[in-house]
Amino acid sequence: MMKFRFRRQGTDPQREKIKQELFAFNKTVEHGFPHQPSALAFDPKLQLMAIGTKSGAIKVYGAPGVEFTGLHKDTTAVTQINFLPGQGRLLSLLDDNTIHLWELVAGAPREVGGVKKEGVVSLQEVGNYSLPGRPGIESCSATRVTVLLLLKSCDLLCIGTEGGGVYFLQLPCLSLKDNQTLLQDQVTKSLPDDYRCGKSLGPVESLQEHPQQSGKILIGYSRGLVVLWDLSTRYADQLFLGKQQLESLVWERTGNLFVSSHNDGGYSVWPVTSSNTYNHQPVTSTIPYGPFPCKAISKILYRTTQTGSPVLLYSGGMPRASYGDRHCLTIQQDKEHITLDFTSRVIDFFTIQSPEPEKEFDDPSALVVLLEEELVVIDLQSPGWPSLPTPYLAPLHSSAITCSCHISSVPPKLWERLVNAGKAQHGLQQTHRSWPISGGKNLALPSKQQELLLTGHEDGTVRFWDASGVALTPLYKLSTANVFHTDCDPSDDPQDPSDDPDMQQEEEWPPFRKVGCFDPYSDDPRLGIQKISLCKYSNKLVVAGTAGQVIVLGLSDERSDHLVDVSVVDLLQDREGFTWKGHDRLEPRLKPAPFAPGFQPLVLVQCLPPASVTAVALHAEWNLIAFGTSHGFGLFDYHRRNTVLARCTLHPNDSLAMEGPLSRVKSLKKSLRQSFRRIRKSRVSGKKRTINTPTSKVQEANAALAEQEEVAPVQRRIEPRSADDSLSGVVRCLCFADTFLRDGTHHGPTLWAGTNSGSVYAYALEVPCVGSGRVSDRGGASESSVCVEAVLGKEIQLMHRAPVVSICVLDGRGKPLPDPYEASQDLAIAPDMTNAHSVLIASEEQLKVFSLPKVSAKTKFKLTAHEGCRVRKVALVVFSSAAQEDYSEHTLVCLTNLGDMHLFNIPGLRPQVRYDCIRKEDISGIASCVFTKNGQGFYLISPSEYERFSLSAKVVTEPLFSVQLDRLLEPTPAGDSTTTQPQANGTHKNQMGQAEGQTEEPPSSLSSPNLDTPLDSPLSCADLTLDSTGELTVEDVRDFLTTVDEAENNLKNIKEEEGHTTGILIN
Amino acid sequence: MVLPALLQPNSRLGSRMSKQQHYRTPLRLPDNVVEVKSKFEAEYRRFALKRNSPGDFQEFYRLLQTIHHIPGVDVLLGYADVHGDLLPINNDDNFLKAVSLASPLLRIIISKKEDEPGVFATNSLQRRKKGLGLTGLRTTVSGSAHSKNKPGLMIGLPQNFRQISSIIDVDILPETHRRVRLHKHGTNKPLGFYIRDGVSVRVTPQGVEKVPGVFISRLVRGGLAESTGLLGVNDEILEVNGIDVTGKSLDQVTDMMVANSHNLIVTVKPANQRNNVVHRGSKTSVGNCGSVGSVGSTGSTLSHDSPSPASQSNPITASNSIAEGDSDNEDDDRDLILENDCLTPFDSHHITNSNNTNLYDRDSPTSILHSTTVRTPLPQSISLPNSVGASLSDNSTTMSTLNGNTASSSHENMREDGNIITL
Repeated sequence: MMKFRFRRQGTDPQREKIKQELFAFNKTVEHGFPHQPSALAFDPKLQLMAIGTKSGAIKVYGAPGVEFTGLHKDTTAVTQINFLPGQGRLLSLLDDNTIHLWELVAGAPREVGGVKKEGVVSLQEVGNYSLPGRPGIESCSATRVTVLLLLKSCDLLCIGTEGGGVYFLQLPCLSLKDNQTLLQDQVTKSLPDDYRCGKSLGPVESLQEHPQQSGKILIGYSRGLVVLWDLSTRYADQLFLGKQQLESLVWERTGNLFVSSHNDGGYSVWPVTSSNTYNHQPVTSTIPYGPFPCKAISKILYRTTQTGSPVLLYSGGMPRASYGDRHCLTIQQDKEHITLDFTSRVIDFFTIQSPEPEKEFDDPSALVVLLEEELVVIDLQSPGWPSLPTPYLAPLHSSAITCSCHISSVPPKLWERLVNAGKAQHGLQQTHRSWPISGGKNLALPSKQQELLLTGHEDGTVRFWDASGVALTPLYKLSTANVFHTDCDPSDDPQDPSDDPDMQQEEEWPPFRKVGCFDPYSDDPRLGIQKISLCKYSNKLVVAGTAGQVIVLGLSDERSDHLVDVSVVDLLQDREGFTWKGHDRLEPRLKPAPFAPGFQPLVLVQCLPPASVTAVALHAEWNLIAFGTSHGFGLFDYHRRNTVLARCTLHPNDSLAMEGPLSRVKSLKKSLRQSFRRIRKSRVSGKKRTINTPTSKVQEANAALAEQEEVAPVQRRIEPRSADDSLSGVVRCLCFADTFLRDGTHHGPTLWAGTNSGSVYAYALEVPCVGSGRVSDRGGASESSVCVEAVLGKEIQLMHRAPVVSICVLDGRGKPLPDPYEASQDLAIAPDMTNAHSVLIASEEQLKVFSLPKVSAKTKFKLTAHEGCRVRKVALVVFSSAAQEDYSEHTLVCLTNLGDMHLFNIPGLRPQVRYDCIRKEDISGIASCVFTKNGQGFYLISPSEYERFSLSAKVVTEPLFSVQLDRLLEPTPAGDSTTTQPQANGTHKNQMGQAEGQTEEPPSSLSSPNLDTPLDSPLSCADLTLDSTGELTVEDVRDFLTTVDEAENNLKNIKEEEGHTTGILIN
Repeated sequence: MVLPALLQPNSRLGSRMSKQQHYRTPLRLPDNVVEVKSKFEAEYRRFALKRNSPGDFQEFYRLLQTIHHIPGVDVLLGYADVHGDLLPINNDDNFLKAVSLASPLLRIIISKKEDEPGVFATNSLQRRKKGLGLTGLRTTVSGSAHSKNKPGLMIGLPQNFRQISSIIDVDILPETHRRVRLHKHGTNKPLGFYIRDGVSVRVTPQGVEKVPGVFISRLVRGGLAESTGLLGVNDEILEVNGIDVTGKSLDQVTDMMVANSHNLIVTVKPANQRNNVVHRGSKTSVGNCGSVGSVGSTGSTLSHDSPSPASQSNPITASNSIAEGDSDNEDDDRDLILENDCLTPFDSHHITNSNNTNLYDRDSPTSILHSTTVRTPLPQSISLPNSVGASLSDNSTTMSTLNGNTASSSHENMREDGNIITL
């Protein structure tokens, strides 16, 4: 019976073709900084940088816009990466002691939505190798790889191991040269007796090829011995009998000397003169941060310059007692000495210099340091070694991301002003040098429109990112902390350009300089940003935070000192018997504060009680902001600086919401659930064990216990939501609309608010001077002194009481109303005000369209009842056809708690496609998802990375570039390309459930794509009318509109709407 | 018709309690006479009725009022049946039933209506008796069938009768499965069950295989699920409102059930397969094959073949259940929409804020429902949203002409019935 119903729908081939041209799901690019990086490499020929992560991903970056990813089959940390320079190949060493060879391949051309697209260059694994060793105990095995050295000729890989042996691997076939293996005994033989003393030399710590004489490599052993080994004669040319435990080695360019760094925090310079075989002492040996015990110098680089003394760069070496916990890197040249002080651990670093061997000097142009949480690049050619802003790999999480917001097609004027404000912020730190990593050629056309991604952070900052292309670039940073009086003075922000780092360096030793912007520590958690709304036409920004603060900001190009107006709105509205046990409200600054060019605060509204703001809406045309918390919502006129409305949404029984921050209640529930799960998990694993070895008595007893526990398993209560569920008053969404609330003939400003318990409040607003035609209508109301007024028009209680996720008003054609200013300034097609409007209310369980002004249900889709999933995020998106130039459709996109995307047409609410997008366990990913207006979206895959995805067949932002290789770049066979294509993600994901937008086969789990197949129960023959639209119009409407005439008028409207509705559905 | 009117005036109960025991020697009455002992508050009256022609309910009601000297006092009548259950007498049918079952004594318990509405429940009488110390009376009642630690089911007053559950689709389901519909409208009772993960054994062509399944883990005492007797602990849940739950997580199934909670249809494979419905060839309808009322079906869970005693005795109930069956699809989605009468059309003068908020106080949301209920002749139907819905659709013209001047009394009514919540 069910199958019969499924077959009825989705057979229209015309529609299926259109769907294919509209919808296609792709995860396109990852923005931000890779989570838990573990390795770094650079190809000086191709100018490409590779970063390996603990999850087994290799991400390669070149010029901005050039980036690609390879993903190891196992989720094992990448410990080392080596490029085969110029070949587009690289070698990776994993934590499980395997070596993998990767190749750049050109993807086969593919077809998306009927349009041919060029293949994308991607990384593909072509081979792997692991050294033979005793299986099982690899960690202490002698053949555990410690270092890799790739000879310049690129045909031989030298592998240093824990056991002290050096193995040689032929490339690119990855075959071991058995006879060449250099074991420690061979080296020990040639050692003088007094040095040998019967001990092993320790693991190989460093392998370095002679810069001038090919075939000679420097081998450094942990105990301190360094050997210059000739590969052709298989004989030790020279021996350097170091006594200190070795950490790393580096050649000088000419090969006349090398530098070794040591465990005790010192480094030594050794001359390489062919006269003597045994060198007992280095030329110099220094402990830069001595004399007290220092930490090891883990890596050292020695670079010669044309202008004078060589540059020495090394990480670590800090005095153990006083600065042992700092993450430092020292740059030293002659007398100049800077200790870069990072906020996270140094993973690795390299310098960029000319790759040509003929040059006399290294002349490094830049230093690239990979830290655990960010990438820092230092310009080594400008005096003072300033840091360079990175065009990608930005640490999104420099303070934890608390919310995000996307603005598409930003007007050029606003863009320009933002860029200028951002430039002013960088101030002195900015160098004019271009980005030193320039590999590959970005072929992507510059995007026609600018896109902004705004992220709110825990420390009260809002960061503006250029999200137009593949590289997410920081534009501007706004801090809201200076509106308030906090414990620490807001002016000593470490990023503030005014505090010159050179000032403090004079006396301090070591000469620290704070570098990087990763700063996870928030001064005051109340500053955290919860909601952002930006009007791109009027340049008004509303930012709302954890302590009930709502700040209205305006864009200004001038620096300004002013006092911010403060208003307090009591949302409790003299409701008694409640106490707020949470945090206090933030204390506003009483003195005028200096505000830098950019967004400057105008008005501060503080909600009482100061609970976190849960919803915010801005209508710049009416000068109104609406904001909601867990207690109620308010409407504020920021032009006249007066509160228009405050409404408490608390249910009388709801005492939990009042207690304090939301998190307290939630976390209790969550922790209970988690602990239950943990118990359950442990029980399951315990049981398995008992099955394996059922003999032991103890285990039998355990099994019995487990059985007993089975009596109280994880269980869920089945109960309809009641009115007094806790947190029912939380305001979930707010929206402004110019629509018909009073009657079917006059439209006007309205405010809509939805709560956690399925209540929707609609207010009719009286906004003076809105719509010149109407003002004269009313007569006498046009004076500007008249205040905005709000009159409650409708109150809708959704029967299923699920939280209202989103409210949106649709115009007479069923299209969403344009944003403020868009209609009045002819920036968008004017909404249809002649036909009846409708309102789309999306709750966690159902999507429903009601007619206006008479609120009666027109269409609905009961998602939860069918799928068992709940709506988390909803957006109205315009999908343009990839094939037809001017065809587009408005679609409702729903992200559910299972991480899948459901697409519905509006206002028919007919399901279109479903895609699996986010793992359902990834709660923070689902919570962080934002949609763009044209079918793309972002969600956090780690605290520091956004995954960008596209649901549209047309609007896809993905890397498109070419790389010039020394070898021929062969396109992969078409069959393979599909496997590599969707994997351009640096994280392991469950690819199993990924529906690739194959619309020709409608996803069967979407049980009711047709409106008239509401339930699949055989009993529901009678229920067929359930979702059909015509009969639904009779609602329990409390309609007390004044006159009989009016009521009749409404009735007429209803009838018209009915006729209209069916019309829409037939289409 | 009435034989000796007063057998024993018993006004000084406390002191004469022990003495009473002696009087209680059973009187050997002729077979055509039923001995009646009625109790109102602390007073007892004894009299007899003719077994063959006891009269109708109204007569009996008036008789009791006279005997107890309480003319004009609204009372509820109850009698103790052979199982010790206190059952109501409120119409001719159950009066006749009570008389016919009396052996030898018909015990009537009268309570004032304005008191806590008479709790009719199984076993309730025994508890009450204990309280009064009238343990001797137990000899006439065969209460041994009930174990003492298991209190009986609660039985509502007849006017609250409504269908709360039904077994459906008997003819198309395998015998091992049961499809149960729970009606959660109008009641304040919780659905009252919990579900859990578990392992289900399926027989496949490949042999027996274990698959994850969802099971009922617990029934809440006094909840809807328990009171129907149709669902039991460890029953496997196969479908929720017609949607297969295979492959769905416990949380998903929970969400589905909660989303359908107003009209929940679960298909279960009962853990106890002994009470399965036997197929009847004559049954053809796909709709409600049987209905289980909340009263009178203490042990009989499956009374699908004959009309349940409740609906038989109460025409209102019967008609209601029909109405429910018909209009279920409609009322599952009745969102409550309140419109503000102060929200004037554009051309008229707008009213100030303060005025409006007064009218819009949460405590006085007046809905069209109130007004319809006022004119409805049967006050019983207030509790039935669908009947209201039906009347709504019938006279949709009236609803729009209402002007919010509904009486506050009807509003009170509304609250008590809990309709505000369940709409």
